[in-house]
Amino acid sequence: MSDLALAAFAAETGGHVVEEPKERRFRRFEHGFDAGGFMRSLDAKGVRFVGRSDPAFPPLLRELHDPPPGLFLRGSAAVELLQSPAVAIVGARTCSSYGAQVARLLGRELAAAGLLVISGLARGVDGEAHRGALEAGGFTVAVLGCGADRDYPAGHAQLARRICERGLVVSEYAPGVEPAPWRFPARNRIIAGLAVATVIVEARERSGALITADFALEAGREVFAVPGEITSALSVGTNALIRLGATPLTSAADVLEHLGIEAPQEHAAPLGPDATAVLAALFDQPAGADELGRLTGLDAPAVAKALAELELSGAVAEADGLFRVVRPPQ
Amino acid sequence: MLARTVTHALVGLDARRVDVEAHLQGGVLSAFALVGLADRACQEAKHRVRSGIASAELQWPGGRVTVNLAPAELRKEGSGFDLPIALAILAASRQVPPERVVEHAAVGELGLNGRLRPVGGVLAAAEGARTGGLKKLLCASECAAEAALAGIEPIAVRHLAEAVAYLRGERDPPPVEPTNGSAPEPACPDLTEVRGQERAKRALELAAAGGHNLLLAGPPGIGKTMLAQRLQGVLPRLPPDEALEVTRIHSVAGLLPPGRPLVTVPPFRAPHHTASVSAIVGGGTGPSPGEASLAHRGVLFLDELAEFPRNALEALRQPLEDGAIAVARVGGRIVFPARFQLVATMNLCPCGARGDPAAECTCSAARLAAYRDKLSRALLDRFDLLVTVPRPRAQELGGKPGEASEAVRGRVAAARERARGARLNRGREADELLSTAVERLALSARGRARVARVARTAALLAGTDEVGADHVAEALSFRSPTELGSR
Repeated sequence: MSDLALAAFAAETGGHVVEEPKERRFRRFEHGFDAGGFMRSLDAKGVRFVGRSDPAFPPLLRELHDPPPGLFLRGSAAVELLQSPAVAIVGARTCSSYGAQVARLLGRELAAAGLLVISGLARGVDGEAHRGALEAGGFTVAVLGCGADRDYPAGHAQLARRICERGLVVSEYAPGVEPAPWRFPARNRIIAGLAVATVIVEARERSGALITADFALEAGREVFAVPGEITSALSVGTNALIRLGATPLTSAADVLEHLGIEAPQEHAAPLGPDATAVLAALFDQPAGADELGRLTGLDAPAVAKALAELELSGAVAEADGLFRVVRPPQ
Repeated sequence: MLARTVTHALVGLDARRVDVEAHLQGGVLSAFALVGLADRACQEAKHRVRSGIASAELQWPGGRVTVNLAPAELRKEGSGFDLPIALAILAASRQVPPERVVEHAAVGELGLNGRLRPVGGVLAAAEGARTGGLKKLLCASECAAEAALAGIEPIAVRHLAEAVAYLRGERDPPPVEPTNGSAPEPACPDLTEVRGQERAKRALELAAAGGHNLLLAGPPGIGKTMLAQRLQGVLPRLPPDEALEVTRIHSVAGLLPPGRPLVTVPPFRAPHHTASVSAIVGGGTGPSPGEASLAHRGVLFLDELAEFPRNALEALRQPLEDGAIAVARVGGRIVFPARFQLVATMNLCPCGARGDPAAECTCSAARLAAYRDKLSRALLDRFDLLVTVPRPRAQELGGKPGEASEAVRGRVAAARERARGARLNRGREADELLSTAVERLALSARGRARVARVARTAALLAGTDEVGADHVAEALSFRSPTELGSR
């Protein structure tokens, strides 16, 4: 039970504890620690604990040089979910609509292929990755930088609830611990540690997502970066990763291939002639509906029908009036 | 000596009969008392009536004059009581025959020179007089055409002296020509002036044909407001019964142009975003209709939707659902009709750069969230058609001028005509597509109904016998984008 005492001590002192401290303060704390009472209070909050000496503790995470003393878990899935092959998808909080759509696409396709999608519940890329995985009916895990009982950011409380229905919300911090800036890099090491591969979708020059990439490389895991426009500030971080040797990600299949997983065959319904023409125009660049009408020579109702068909087939998504292809050309 | 005239007070849009009783008591001391819960403007009638009678070269009775507006518990507002008060005093002093005065209803404001001025709400007063069994209404000549709409014989007078001469049987005022006149057509901007924007124009046509609420979103300067202002021009003229409803409301608000009062063009109201809640939904001590009611059977246009105070927007949810606004005041509860079509524009973010490829949005996530939070899910759900318009490229702006409003109006009128006739069924393929969409796009039950409604309108515009998959597909493309809705 010393894992639990360690985790509880970290929460008590508000510090970050990995190794057993030598100080007398900890001895005193451990001596007076009421493990049973602590477990009961966890139960009351619907939070479970898995210590790092527990056989159910995810082995990939144990490989880190500084694994957390244990994980606090919330959600309906079993602890063993964390042992399934997992991919982390992380990126900027203020992402572009392109980044959001790519994150959702990757979340959806990787979850559909049976992978566990791990991310940090943050706004932007993280949230979209979770949503994509949920859309595909797959499994997803959110790793928090605060107590496992909290929904942070508050705007994602609903998303956290949906994740809990099938997956898990986990944290190394005991319930009640407040989010603090220094806790997020520590949280990122857990995201990278749980996953066999990490995908960075969009990152500015000094983004927290790059810290996750560093942790992944340190642990010897594969890092994928989604290439972006060289003129976009949101792609400076990811493009720099590619320059340093990260694998550029061109489709979800790249990740699946690396892991030796067959992509599930999609039976896409054949598109109508108008939809095919509109899709061909969109492959060049994102466009508004009127521009598509001009490029294809279709009238407004016909363009609208074609776009609805493409949206339903999952090939195209709209953001701010611009339509964009979200499935790479086959 | 006692005499009585009949007039009407407005309670909301309805007229209540008010008996104006004048009682004269001889005496040396001259006094004039007005009783019967008259408001300030109404109390001032004392001075106008006194000067008016003098100017008409009639006799102000000496001694004590008491005027009572019965029933006394009803609040009386406004200046329309001047004429009936003057006539009651003149009848009490037997300067006009009292038995002739009670055959007429009367309404109008007096100038100090005795001239009769038009007042608001004459149509309602005329309707009240007709249902009360009176055949004739004395009113200012400017209001005569309006009174005639109620099916009563208006006696149009320009001066108090003219009214007195008529009642004495000395001279009939000129008969009111049945103008059947309608208000002059407001100068509607035409759709030819809009180049490009085919998708938004199509949405405008669908909105006009089906009476759908429309939200246009996009960066500033792309013509959202310009498009919305052209909706009035493509709406068909109001049928007679609806025209009368609208005229009644505009009459109470005093907005009718003199001479040709019947409102046949659907009204277009565009309150500014600094408008208060009661300015929009109606209110005041003796509640008067607000912008939402003035837009009855027409368009309520809210430019920069997110800039409106949130409580004003939420107050619109009731009329959007019921087509009426209930204003509750201490004096009672009044229902104003408000079956309008809501058209709104908004930017995609507070700085406005979102959706514009040439500019970079500088809004923080928190600021963006706060901006969108102002529009509740419940309100956004009321928009059947949601169009996000990106900044057009140069080629589109250089395109040929658009179709004229009149051509579009023809199609809209035809679609509305068809809507009155047959019931449209949805084809099997259309049903399947709708089910797929509900699953894939996570449409709510309300969202599904919204798509079905727009699809029906698309089918009506196309003139087909059933709603096809094509129509459902088009309707789906106008549903609320996730960016605006889901968060």
